[in-house]
Amino acid sequence: MNTFPGAALLMNAAFGLAILATAAGALIAVLSRRLIRSVCGLALCCFGLAGLFYFLHSPFLALMEILIYVGAVCVTIVFAVMLAEPDEPPETGADRRAGGAWWTGAAVVLSVAVFWGVTRLGYGHSWSPVAEPVRQGTVPEIGLALLTTFSMAFEAISLVLVVAILGALVIARHGRTQP
Amino acid sequence: MEPLHQQPEIYLGVAAFLLAAGIFGLIRRRTLVGMLIAGELIFAAAALNFLALNRFMAPDRVVGQVAVLFIMGLAAAEVCIGLSVVIAVYRNYRSIQTKTLSDLSG
Repeated sequence: MNTFPGAALLMNAAFGLAILATAAGALIAVLSRRLIRSVCGLALCCFGLAGLFYFLHSPFLALMEILIYVGAVCVTIVFAVMLAEPDEPPETGADRRAGGAWWTGAAVVLSVAVFWGVTRLGYGHSWSPVAEPVRQGTVPEIGLALLTTFSMAFEAISLVLVVAILGALVIARHGRTQP
Repeated sequence: MEPLHQQPEIYLGVAAFLLAAGIFGLIRRRTLVGMLIAGELIFAAAALNFLALNRFMAPDRVVGQVAVLFIMGLAAAEVCIGLSVVIAVYRNYRSIQTKTLSDLSG
């Protein structure tokens, strides 16, 4: 099947790179102290996620992931970081006495428990692959489904976006004249 | 043996990792923007789960992609509202740390 020598190896390398980018980006996003590095970690995570989407036979969604998350969401967060206070201050001794370490421990325990439980659910089940796909999920089929089967949900999500934009304008504009 | 990128368990594991990282960030970050970023990670985990299960288990491969598009729209709306709230909070309190927003605590 593979005409190109080492094609499987290249494929595995690209897949591993996507997983590595996703995991490293998520870790940078939650662990770094400076907010701007967190945003960069989120962007890296979204690039890796786009690669995973590509491996899941959805190149359209991979492009949308980069366009929306990296292009819009991360840039908007960068704007907010510029307008507001950029960094978390270093943890002082008072914070630590007030239970900061306890909270960190609780967060680690809870997230490790969630990861262990969900992974165990995923790996413990024997997934039976589907025999014959009805639709392959090409871009014309997605567009057709958005305008026929999911037309009401499509309209609802546009309404949600319009209301969100208007609400954001109203909230952020209020108090603009104050010093 | 199937190649690595055709095993659903790997995608589910990555999605579980993203969910765990997002929960850790939500609990641990001390600024509102940091919590917003952690929330985005949880959205990303949901999207990856939708797409992986749809790719390997569902006969109709359109539904999962449409669901992920809707998740992206909701995440964009959430970021939009969340950041405007952050800016309004910063105007009033001159800080976006969660610790300072304690007017209602006894």
